[in-house]
Amino acid sequence: MRGVYMKNEPLLEVNGLKTYITLENKKQAKAVDGVDFVIHKGETTALVGESGSGKSMTSMSIMRLIPEPSGKIVEGSIKLEGKELLKLSEKQMEKVRGNEIGMIFQDPHSSLNPVFTIGMQIAEPLRKHKKMKKKEAYKKAVELLVMAGLPNADQIVKMYPHQLSGGMVQRVVIAIAMSCDPKLIIADEPTTALDVTIQSQILGLMTELKDQTNSAVLMITHDIGVVSEAADKVMVMYGGQIVEKASVKELFRNPKHPYTIGLLASVPRIEVEQERLESIQGTVPPSHAFPKGCRFAPRCKHAIEACTKTVPELIESSNDHEVRCILYRGEETRPCDNHEQRNTN
Amino acid sequence: MTIMNSETQTNSLTSSETKDKLVEVKNLKKYFPVKGGILKRTIGHVKAVEDVTLSIYQGETLGLVGESGSGKSTLGRLILKLLNPTEGRIIFNGKDITSYSQRKIRPYRKNMQMIYQDPYSSLNPRMSVGDLIEEPLILHDRLTKKERQNRVIELLGTVGLGEDTRFKYPHEFSGGQRQRIGIARALSPRPALVIGDEPVSLLDVSVQSQVLHLMSELQIKLNLTYLFISHDLSVVKHMCDRIAVMYLGRIAEMAPKHSLYKEPLHPYTKALIASVPGVDRKREKVKLERNMPSPSNPPSGCPFHTRCPESHNRCTIERPELKNMGNDHYVACHLYTEYDVQR
Repeated sequence: MRGVYMKNEPLLEVNGLKTYITLENKKQAKAVDGVDFVIHKGETTALVGESGSGKSMTSMSIMRLIPEPSGKIVEGSIKLEGKELLKLSEKQMEKVRGNEIGMIFQDPHSSLNPVFTIGMQIAEPLRKHKKMKKKEAYKKAVELLVMAGLPNADQIVKMYPHQLSGGMVQRVVIAIAMSCDPKLIIADEPTTALDVTIQSQILGLMTELKDQTNSAVLMITHDIGVVSEAADKVMVMYGGQIVEKASVKELFRNPKHPYTIGLLASVPRIEVEQERLESIQGTVPPSHAFPKGCRFAPRCKHAIEACTKTVPELIESSNDHEVRCILYRGEETRPCDNHEQRNTN
Repeated sequence: MTIMNSETQTNSLTSSETKDKLVEVKNLKKYFPVKGGILKRTIGHVKAVEDVTLSIYQGETLGLVGESGSGKSTLGRLILKLLNPTEGRIIFNGKDITSYSQRKIRPYRKNMQMIYQDPYSSLNPRMSVGDLIEEPLILHDRLTKKERQNRVIELLGTVGLGEDTRFKYPHEFSGGQRQRIGIARALSPRPALVIGDEPVSLLDVSVQSQVLHLMSELQIKLNLTYLFISHDLSVVKHMCDRIAVMYLGRIAEMAPKHSLYKEPLHPYTKALIASVPGVDRKREKVKLERNMPSPSNPPSGCPFHTRCPESHNRCTIERPELKNMGNDHYVACHLYTEYDVQR
């Protein structure tokens, strides 16, 4: 199943995207600093990173929802099926949002309007984008809720968000995101605010709906477990740049970037007996004060002098595996104490 | 012997009986009234904690897991006497503190401290780090100013922060560093029991493991007893010696770490473990249908029967008691019959 989609045509192409934010003290924060990736139809791509790594800013840039004038997309191109999103006018962009690209946010309760019924909120994009009549839109809303796995949907359309639990509201948000048959769904931490048993229900639902509609999902998360469960491909972000890109299987079997290795080793796992967790020293640098060379160098165990001079390029090695680290320049060498050794410790 | 209901109390002599109990909780209940109508009369109760009996032993880490609304945080607050229980008893270090007044409890507070979930809202932004850590010392210890200063510096060192940080303010620190300050503050009156209410759930993974390390190190160094409240089963597995699983205010299962993860008995624990997303999943996927019922209107019989894949007639009528299955493993489920301790 996984990997079959590779031959599919590209749906979203992001090239050299740079989004900078001007802070109050006139400093410039390079929230997204040269990001390129391609998402193909039918696949789920996960964007993983810690807070401040620029993962949410990347998704907001795709939706063109960067708060202006402090934030600005300075460079790059974002193409949805060949259409350049950055050149669209605000009016044209409105036709893309919620219609061609659906979005699911982290906190389900704050992403719905508390004073409108569930039915009205699902019907809104249908009436706006698909020009449906009121009755027709309501009928569709009930269908969508059933599809999202909510029991007695005909009653839920009349309810208000506060009457539903977190898991149910997230299903409603998914129903809204899916309402206009979007080509791409951007899910920003869709399950972070939910309990584990509900989380697995929602992840299952998202995969199911994606396969039914042959759309693509860009999932933004900090949870490595969620990635392994729900995604086909992963991109690891650090300091506004993608530091590693691979298929999920490949990344977990053979992580290359020291940051990815550290990240994987610092997550407590339920199946493995670990006496001691590894941890990465220090914290993520703020985006207005990135180090000059490799952004991970100050926290990296393997950093050499060359690391502090220039930002390394993404190097492609075997199996569609790309990594932004000087250690892999030239031939395939690994950091000397690799993750396998650590796991046995 | 860890936890018992009134019926099983008599035959409960096992190995752990010999260890010292730091905290004992007996048949603890906490109901929050729900007010409604024009006259704001009590129209019902949210049964946050319902008949919980457990002990925390000296030097161990007891994990408390459950979904939101299961009553785990309320139980933590009850033990600290930040809330008054509706019924039941709390025994701390051999003394029944249940009916103590706020004034009378104060000397005991020194021995029990809490680490909060949100490092951003649990520190007063207008106090310097030094003042924040010194505050509990002023309240609890009779030390001179100089002695307090030295203790603050010592504590900052213990949690891995520099001496100079005491002149800085919370906003100057990252989430992980703030959590370290929170830990230093909790440790300042030299407590015996530290309750961590989701202490790492808001931190990034790489920082999360740093804080977990620190907590384990300090436990050994200062001989601390932890009650670790969390929703994250992987973190709990890493940190705890024994784990209690809560569902709708009751304990569904309680066991030492290894037997709980290797052989979970309660269908809820099984489902909970199965739904943790994992990198190297060998576990079977069990999906729980529906959501947790509201604690103001819990189902009759077994609280879990509405979602349980193995529920049968008896579960809807009769509530299962917590049964001793041997080896410190307790479960409240009709699928199991009690292990006879006499044999």
